Order: sequence, then C-alpha cells, then structure tokens
Amino acid sequence: MNPPDANSDYRRQAPAVAERFQKLKQRPVVLEVRDLTRTFVTATGEEVVALRSLNFSTYRREFMCLIGPSGCGKSTLIRLLAGLDEPTSGQVLLDGASVQGPCAARGMVFQGYTLFPWRTVLKNVMFGLLMQGRNHDTAKSEALQWLDLVGLAKFKDAYPHQLSGGMKQRVAIARALATNPRILLMDEPFGALDAQTRAQMQEYLLQIWRNVDVTILFITHDLDEATYLADRILVLKAHPGEVQEIIEVPVPRPRSQAQFATPEFLATRRRIDELIHPPVKSTGEKLPIVRLTVVGDDVE
Amino acid sequence: MPSPRWFAIGREPPPRRRNVLALLSFLLPLLLWSAVSYVPWIWHPLMRVNDAGTVEWFKPGLLVERAVFAEENAKAVTAGGRAATGERANPVFLPPPHAVGRALWTAFTTKPVLRDELWLHQSLLLSIRTIFLGFMLSSLFGVPLGILCGAYPPVARLFEPVIDFVRYMPAPAFGALAVAVLDIYAAPKIAIIVIGTFFQQVLVIANTVRRHDPALIEAAQTLGAGPRKLLLHVIIPSCLVDLYNDQRILLGWAWTYLIVAEVVGVSTGITFFIGQQAKYRNFDNVYAAIIIIGIIGLVTDQGLAFVGRRIFPWQPRAPSRLNAFLSLLGRKGGKTA
Repeated sequence: MNPPDANSDYRRQAPAVAERFQKLKQRPVVLEVRDLTRTFVTATGEEVVALRSLNFSTYRREFMCLIGPSGCGKSTLIRLLAGLDEPTSGQVLLDGASVQGPCAARGMVFQGYTLFPWRTVLKNVMFGLLMQGRNHDTAKSEALQWLDLVGLAKFKDAYPHQLSGGMKQRVAIARALATNPRILLMDEPFGALDAQTRAQMQEYLLQIWRNVDVTILFITHDLDEATYLADRILVLKAHPGEVQEIIEVPVPRPRSQAQFATPEFLATRRRIDELIHPPVKSTGEKLPIVRLTVVGDDVE
Repeated sequence: MPSPRWFAIGREPPPRRRNVLALLSFLLPLLLWSAVSYVPWIWHPLMRVNDAGTVEWFKPGLLVERAVFAEENAKAVTAGGRAATGERANPVFLPPPHAVGRALWTAFTTKPVLRDELWLHQSLLLSIRTIFLGFMLSSLFGVPLGILCGAYPPVARLFEPVIDFVRYMPAPAFGALAVAVLDIYAAPKIAIIVIGTFFQQVLVIANTVRRHDPALIEAAQTLGAGPRKLLLHVIIPSCLVDLYNDQRILLGWAWTYLIVAEVVGVSTGITFFIGQQAKYRNFDNVYAAIIIIGIIGLVTDQGLAFVGRRIFPWQPRAPSRLNAFLSLLGRKGGKTA
C-alpha cells in the first residue's frame, strides 16, 4: 500500500471513479431542493436564519452524506425534507413534483430508534405496509422479507426493549424501507451506538443499499463515516446554514474498512475537516493559566 | 457475597429483603396495635370495674377514667366502705386485634339486628355494585373525552376550562340535586360516584395522553400514517399502559366517594353497615368492615396490576409487590411442609 501522500488532492479521481460519477449524474434526480430557507423567530422576537437558500439535488440510488459543524441546521434540513417542518420559503421536489407534509415516499430513520414499543419487531415493520392499505397477510410476508434483508428474521416476535441498539436500528431501517420509499432520510442513525457496533452497522447499510433501489441521504457529524459511506458529501456551513461545498468522494467502490488509510480517503477527510473546523483564531477564548499542581509534577 | 447496604439511594433491595419488608409493612402496625391492646401499662386510660365495692354508681363491667376510679375509691374508704376493684382497660372504640379478628368471621355470620337490615355481605355487594356501575359509567364517557382532549388541543380548550371549574365543586354538594332528579335508591348514589370521578378522570387521562412521545408520531407520519390512523394506531397504544394505571388510581378515587354516595337518599351499603355497628357500639365489627374494604381495595388493585402485566407484554418487567408477597407465602409454606 502506498504511504498516504500529504499533498494528494481530494479532487483527483481515478478513471473508474470519474466514470462512476459521470453515470451517476445522468440518472434521474430524485430529490431536489430549491432555494430552501428556514427562519425561526425566537421568544424575544429576533429572527434567526437556520438555513439560507439551499440548493442541491440527489440522483437516483445515490448515497449522499450531509455533514457540518453543530448548529448548521442539519436536523432542521432533514426535517424539512421529511415534511415534518415547513420551510419559510423555497421548495422540496420529489421526482420533480413539489411535496408538502410527511409521506411514506420519504422514509426516515431517527437517531432515537423510535420503534413502537407495543409492537413486536415484525409488527413494527408491518406498520407502514398496513398504513398503505395492504392486507394483513401480504404485509406480513413482505415484512418478513425485509427482516430477512436486515438479518433479524429470528427476532420477529421480540419486543423492541429486548433488542440491542444496533438491532433496533436495523429494525428501524427495515421498517422505513418496507414502504418502498424513493429516498431514505437518516438523521445521525448510528450516533448513539458504540464504535464497534457503528462500524458493523455501516457495513450492513452499504450492503442493504446495494441490494435495494433506494436513494439515501445520511446526516452525520463523523468525518470517517461520511467519507466511508458517501458518493457525495454535502458540507454545510453554520450561522446561517448554507451549502459550503459538495465533495465527490474519490474513494472507489465497493468500500471496505481497509480504505481508511488510502490517500484518497485521507485527502477527502482532511478537506471536510478544513471546511467544518476552520483554523481557530488566536484572538479566541483561551483558558487562564491557573496552576493547582506541584512543580515537577508535570504530565507533559 | 457481602450483604448490600440498607440505605443506598435509589437501590432496590435484594428479593429476600424486599419480601421481608413487605411482610413487616403489615406486621409492624399490627404489632403496635397488639402492644397497645395487650400490654396493660401502655395507654389503657380507663378502669373496668370488676367488683363495685360500696361505690354506689359502679357496676361490674363499667368503664371509668382512672382518676375518677381512684377518687371514688378514696371517698368510699374514708366513708368506711369497701374499695372497688378493677383492671386497666382501653376505650370501647379500640378493640384488641383478636376481637376484630373474630368479628371478621362473625360479621358475616351474625344476623342483622333489625328485620329489614342487611347482612354484611349483602351490604358489601351493594357497595361494590355502586362503585362498579359508577366507575364504568364515568369511564364510558371520561376516557374517550380525556383521550380526545389529550390528543387534540382545540378539544382540550373547549372542555377543560369548564371541567376545571366543576371539578372544584364537592361531589356531596350534588347529593340533594341527585336525589331530586334520580329518586332515593341506587341511581343518585351512582350519580355521586360518577360526578366525583368523571371530572378528575378527564383531566388525568388527558394529561397522560398529552405526554405521548412526539417522536413516535413523527416516525408514524413518515411511514404514511394519516391523522385519524395516528390516534388509533399510535397515540392510544403508546399511552395504553399509563392509561390502565390511571384507571387503577381513579378506581381507588371512586371508593373514597362511596362514603358520601351511600348516605344520599336511602342509606345503604358498607358505609351504612359501619354506621349502624358504631351506633350499637360494636366497634370490632366496625374495624372488621373497614379492614374488609381495605382488603377489597388491595386485592383489586394488585389483581389489576397482575392482569396489566399479562396484557401488556411489551413492558420490561418490574418486580411486583403482590408477586413478591405471594412467593414469600409460598416459600414459607414449602419450608414447613
């Protein structure tokens, strides 16, 4: 393996990767965001612009990650896309048609699992299907297929409180996919999991995405996660939330954890890091120097 | 293993210790009661006369205050007469445990004093019927209205102000009205239970429903659930366990209105039985009846809790006090066998 090249450019794409992106952009646009703005009015009457004039689109079967510093309006954006919040101005278009309010065509996976605790795993997955008017038997057989896909068929009769965090989130993914959404919105879905489970879930998710015709928009604050999963990474800027850059990840697919040390990966990761953690200004706050230890007892 | 500390904040004691504590919670009051009843120098403010001596107005079995007893004896002795003898006793309103224990049995087997009076079990059945009908009637309207208030703020804005207003009117105040409208028999009693329960019920249920998890609603919406389906398939099931427990507490509430309800119109039921027995100064029967109400309450409540754990299998199991108690009794039995 080549040693990571400190000067390698994240914009340099291998021919196969460049070809992939070219093909990707020829696919139909699934979700388009036009001039999306959301302002909040605080209790004191001040207007706070959470998101300003956002424009971007995702192509069919694209895996897009959304990353940004805290307070950049990531969650506001995904709630607007899901229809759980109303934009102040601008539009969200799904397959070219403007959408309002939540619907099953935009599935969502939340950080807090949000499984229905009174329903078994199977019945959780059946929920969306039943809401679409599917009859009980069809819903059940379809739900079982989705549980097979996430590898939890054995646990179909368990209740959510009996599952681990990773298993809960796999049920949530199966539940969201069961209604055949055009796009799957994921709001920091693995944020509450431990590092090991999280890595495993990333593998699972890529595998599921390969096998299902679905576009994914994935919010994260983890640079490695974004680089590892995404075709393109949408980097937001805070105060107000605006699109800072859309990065095409030059890491070839299929992805594996071994790619974490490749030059493309590191270059991309470094670029995101620069964008969301700009160099700290020296005029910023510093801690006062107060010494409470004995001289000669230094740790560094 | 070192035995865990008794006083650690928020830490449940081990099962064995839990059972012992549950048993003690009943035994300690009983022990206190026994001490006051059977140890002559604890309390016993009166003297029961055994032999009247020459004190004119003393009779065997009469209860007099100790000071009076001593005073009368002193007078009798100075007048050259014979002092009365007696033993220390408690007032008639504090019968000893064994008398109440006997009454618990005999209360069901003693004939009523008057011909048209009811047996204890008949009085009890009447009371239970009143509570049951009142509570069911109240729930029939109170639960759905509470759910609607909790789920839809406009409904709450329409109903809750007036309910808050009526809630502060004491249910007994409606007694005369209830009799005027509903005659003097069972109906006005049931009405008092309904009035006493309904308004609290709407508010309690509404509050529980209002505490539903909004994240579950949003999840359901992104799965394509429309507004009407949300209520039926998400809000109500997500609150079901809490609603069930609210109903348990409200049922206890209904029992407290029983006392008021049963003196409305023709006095009947367990309250009336207690009143009558107090009039005849059969305080052992009074305590027996009160204890029976307590037992009925405890058994219904724990029974409902037991049923609740069976019908809501998605709940993580918490240790149940009744289960612990039963298992303790079972183990005690096993050991002696």
